Amino acid sequence: MSDRDAIIRVEEVSKRYGKVTAVDRVTLEIPRGEFFALLGPSGCGKTTLLRMLAGFEMPSEGKIFIDGIDMSTIPPNKRPVNMVFQSYAVFPHMTVFENVAYGLKFDNVAKADQYGRVMAALADVKLDHLAERKPDQMSGGQRQRVALARALVKKPKVLLLDEPLSALDAKLREAMRFELAELQDKVGITFVMVTHDQDEALAMAGRCAVMDRGKLMQTATPSNLYEFPANKFVADFIGSVNLFEGTLEVDEPDHAIVQSEELGGRIFFDHGVSGAGGEKMWVGIRPEKIELLKREEGAAPPTPEDAPSGCNVTAGIVRQISYLGSESIYEIDLINGRRMQVSRPNLSRWDQEDFTWDDEVWLRWHGDSPVLLQS
Amino acid sequence: MARKIARAPLDYLNMPAMKAWLAGVFIFLYTPLMILILFSFNDSKANVVWKGFTLKWYVKAFENTQLREALFNSLLIAGVCTVISVVLGALMAFVFWRFKFPFKGPLESGMNLPIVVPEICFGVAVLMFFAKIGFPNDLPYPFNLTQIILAHVTFAFPFVAIVVRARLESFNPELEAAALDLGASRHQAFRDVIIPHMKPGLIAGGLLAFTLSLDDFVITFFASGPGTITFPVKVYSMVRFSVTPEVNAASTIIILITVLATVLALRAQSATTKES
Ligand SMILES: Nc1ncnc2c1ncn2[C@@H]1O[C@H](COP(=O)(O)OP(=O)(O)OP(=O)(O)O)[C@@H](O)[C@H]1O
Ligand SMILES: [Mg+2]
Repeated sequence: MSDRDAIIRVEEVSKRYGKVTAVDRVTLEIPRGEFFALLGPSGCGKTTLLRMLAGFEMPSEGKIFIDGIDMSTIPPNKRPVNMVFQSYAVFPHMTVFENVAYGLKFDNVAKADQYGRVMAALADVKLDHLAERKPDQMSGGQRQRVALARALVKKPKVLLLDEPLSALDAKLREAMRFELAELQDKVGITFVMVTHDQDEALAMAGRCAVMDRGKLMQTATPSNLYEFPANKFVADFIGSVNLFEGTLEVDEPDHAIVQSEELGGRIFFDHGVSGAGGEKMWVGIRPEKIELLKREEGAAPPTPEDAPSGCNVTAGIVRQISYLGSESIYEIDLINGRRMQVSRPNLSRWDQEDFTWDDEVWLRWHGDSPVLLQS
Repeated sequence: MARKIARAPLDYLNMPAMKAWLAGVFIFLYTPLMILILFSFNDSKANVVWKGFTLKWYVKAFENTQLREALFNSLLIAGVCTVISVVLGALMAFVFWRFKFPFKGPLESGMNLPIVVPEICFGVAVLMFFAKIGFPNDLPYPFNLTQIILAHVTFAFPFVAIVVRARLESFNPELEAAALDLGASRHQAFRDVIIPHMKPGLIAGGLLAFTLSLDDFVITFFASGPGTITFPVKVYSMVRFSVTPEVNAASTIIILITVLATVLALRAQSATTKES
């Protein structure tokens, strides 16, 4: 990504409130036209970062550039960004139309053009038929649309959204995900959305930044976050993962092996990894990338398909089953007592009956399934 | 043994005993006022027996120039006092709501002082204060009401401040942020978003200030100069001789004014609260 097409550049930005460091030396670039998500657990500093982009908070250190311009001295009302607030903050004493028209007053838009622009923005969010309503006569979802229209009518360079879907009920949230993504596509404005809901971020965003305790952990596309997490935190926060501590035993350009006491076995990678031999590391394996096989008393372990024998196979007993319809999640106790999670799609209508409580099983996975995590 | 019946809160109103109790409370509260109003229409000079309906006491009250002047003074004082109190009270509430500064806690409790200090002490203090600073006693009308207005503002604006402060607690700070975000300056955001939210509080506080000023006797008594008289003070001096139905008539008019003001204020308030 070159400088030219980054609409937002955050350089070494920190924000401190007394002793609390809400945002800790974050450096970030957001490409123009992207649907970008800031993802992280509660209290990780996402809202603080967003408020610094909007101008409500000033960085304690570092600089923020929007469209190449340093924002250090620019107050919120002069920034080319607009925000959709978590509470929507629709003005209660104004009609929907007045709400949306409010921001245009400050943009020197001719009165004659105002009407057209407001109605167009309302049409974008499918609210043009409710222009004369007062906000107290509207549902939460409709009020959110007002907030969206009110921000978009200003044609900002960046639209900031703080937990836009968290106040909606589950059904509506699902529908709004698609609608927001579609809207972004249509208006072509860069969206920066804050959320603590990983499904939401993965479903909507083109790129996500994951934060933890004020620090930026990783910035990547949703699939890269899931398949190539940069560290234990990201691996664990995005989806579920089985994490094992181990030491790197074999480190060749085209394969690697990690010995793990926790797993009670060896983990084979069919690709080279970066790391030093003998070093302590973690291996993450996603539940859906593990295969479940019946284990007969006294029978030899199944041979791994693409790994040296003895690697990527371990024995266990089924302890818990969650049947979720489309898939079943099995909690498996390994011989050494460690618990592992395996998920299995129910491809046929009888698949959930293949395994039951206390079944003895083998767990097996491919050489490209595990990821090596250094921290 | 009687069975215990579970009741919803409003069900209690259906109990005869409760109804009787409620009626008792209302009678206790309103009988004196009813009698006052009733006897303002009584065709007799003594306020004791009902002799027939008449409006002559109203005519008489209106013909009493001193009473009329006093009433006008009272309304003028209350009006000016309301405007000043609303502005001061709102500013004070806003400052305590918005800013952090040293000694904020003690100052905020101090704001309630004029409310808790006994009126008589307050009256004496006001009297001494004006005497000490040598406030001119001989200003031409209507400026000779200044002292009373100042005294009234002093005890009325904390009420406004408290009401407005309470109202501001329910303000969603994101509303102001939204206005700023949409391009408003701090000033414009205050005008367009915060003031509309404060409005019910301003109206309720203003009404309080108005009625407090209108019916204040003790402090006015001490603060008024020789040539100035307000309605309550005038009524007091009339009653000292005898309670004539003329006083009833005048009081009824005052009650009417305050009830009217209350109704209007409540209307305005419900209109604005419906929005939020
Ligand atoms: N004005 C403030 N004064 C002091 N501390 C603050 C302030 N604002 C935020 N913080 C602290 O900074 C940290 C990050 O807060 P922030 O609101 O950015 O979290 P968040 O990631 O948005 O969390 P959530 O998902 O709960 O909204 C928290 O520990 C919070 O307590
Ligand atoms: Mg937040």
